[in-house]
Amino acid sequence: MFRIIKKSLATGVVTGQYPAAKAPSEPVSREAIEKAKPFRRSLTIREVDTGSCNACEMEMNALANPVYDVERFGVHIAASPRHTDALVVTGPVTVNMERALKDAYKQTPDPKLVIALGDCAINCGVFKGSYAVTGPVERHIPVDVRIAGCPPRPAEILAVLGELRKDRPNSDR
Amino acid sequence: MYAMVQLVLIVVQFVMLLALAPFIVGVIRKVKARLQCRRGAGLLQPYADLAKLFRKQPVRSSTTSWIFTAAPYIVFASTVAAGLLMPVFLSHTPLNFAGNIIALVYLLALGTFFLILAGLDAGSAFGGMGSSREAIVATLAEPAMMLSILAIALTAGSTNLSTIVHQSALLEGVVLAPPAHLMALAAMFIVTLAETGRVPVDNPATHLELTMIHEAMLLEYSGRYLALMEWAAGIKLLVFLTLIVNVFAPWGIATSVAPLALVTGTAVYVVKVAGLAVVIGVIESMFAKLRLFRVPELLGAAFILALLALVFFYTLRG
Ligand code: SF4
Repeated sequence: MFRIIKKSLATGVVTGQYPAAKAPSEPVSREAIEKAKPFRRSLTIREVDTGSCNACEMEMNALANPVYDVERFGVHIAASPRHTDALVVTGPVTVNMERALKDAYKQTPDPKLVIALGDCAINCGVFKGSYAVTGPVERHIPVDVRIAGCPPRPAEILAVLGELRKDRPNSDR
Repeated sequence: MYAMVQLVLIVVQFVMLLALAPFIVGVIRKVKARLQCRRGAGLLQPYADLAKLFRKQPVRSSTTSWIFTAAPYIVFASTVAAGLLMPVFLSHTPLNFAGNIIALVYLLALGTFFLILAGLDAGSAFGGMGSSREAIVATLAEPAMMLSILAIALTAGSTNLSTIVHQSALLEGVVLAPPAHLMALAAMFIVTLAETGRVPVDNPATHLELTMIHEAMLLEYSGRYLALMEWAAGIKLLVFLTLIVNVFAPWGIATSVAPLALVTGTAVYVVKVAGLAVVIGVIESMFAKLRLFRVPELLGAAFILALLALVFFYTLRG
């Protein structure tokens, strides 16, 4: 019991000790930043796995750990689409998950964002042409933000989420 | 003049409960984040969350009835009403005449009841599960809570919260029956953890529907309804912390309406409640959640402690 407390006090805060991110291959669009305006100080995410290989989920999981600590930016991960502001979709949309994805989108209260995470969600990636795949996320629901990579590193996801919180879009570039 | 002062005091207490509740939630989260070696969200994050939720468009399931939309308002109103019945920074509550400690306990129970109904209303499996668990916890926690408060009420000779707090505040730190006092305090603390969905009983930060109690009943809510429910949960936590702080250690609370006494009373109150929030944060980091079937044992222990407090009170008085 007290060993845990002692250990965590001795370790100190480890947040932020990760390698820097590469610049995103596709910059966040002005419209998406405009759309994310109500969520600048508080963003709740629901992760929807439509058939990914689970590597993208591992990277999303890493966001919540002490090193990346996405909570310090006011980002929470929720258990229900009803609590959500942004749906993070990973993986190509498989036949069996198509309806679930559309349901989740419908149950997300407005205003909402859709973030396609990983190459699979953007263009089916390595699963392109499979008989079980009905196409990228964009074919089924409108996508606002794309985060490329197979899988994208947590730092890159954080960089894009940081971009969404900017006050004046792209003013410093 | 007198009526004016009373009215102002009611409004101040009302605003203070509403404003302080998210801050206390933020303090607990911050302490937990630090003990998990994280930086964590700022202390004001819960305010931003609430503001955002109020701006969102709620989604309603087509299978729900009026209970679903009415419940958030009832839960919020009953929790705030319970908060107004008890002394916060002044030992004489303006709404003193409206009810005693029994009314407070049952106002909170009214909120819990509607929360349970709301969880059942949408007919989802997780909501029903959360409701049935909450019903178990609530029924087991209530007797322990009543007994522990009664032990203190006996010492003060009244079930009126203002009288209890005023009398013990005037004693300036002298406890008449220390063993009874401590046991009742321990029982009350366990009840607080159970009733507000804190760690050994429930985990407010969980994402796993199978382990949820309180959160499972809120899964269907969105937008302003969710905001009201979460705010009410924060206020309920604050009400319980205030109850512990003011009933068991009311020293420093304002005993008259003199401006200086009011200011120090408020400051002491905020410090005490925040300190208790830190303690809860540390406890949440130290313990794992109990298996659901062990929860009755924990609450049973709280009940026994409260009962012993009563017995001690009588035997020690001779
Ligand atoms: S993008 Fe790569 S890592 Fe992500 S789900 Fe597809 S194959 Fe897996």
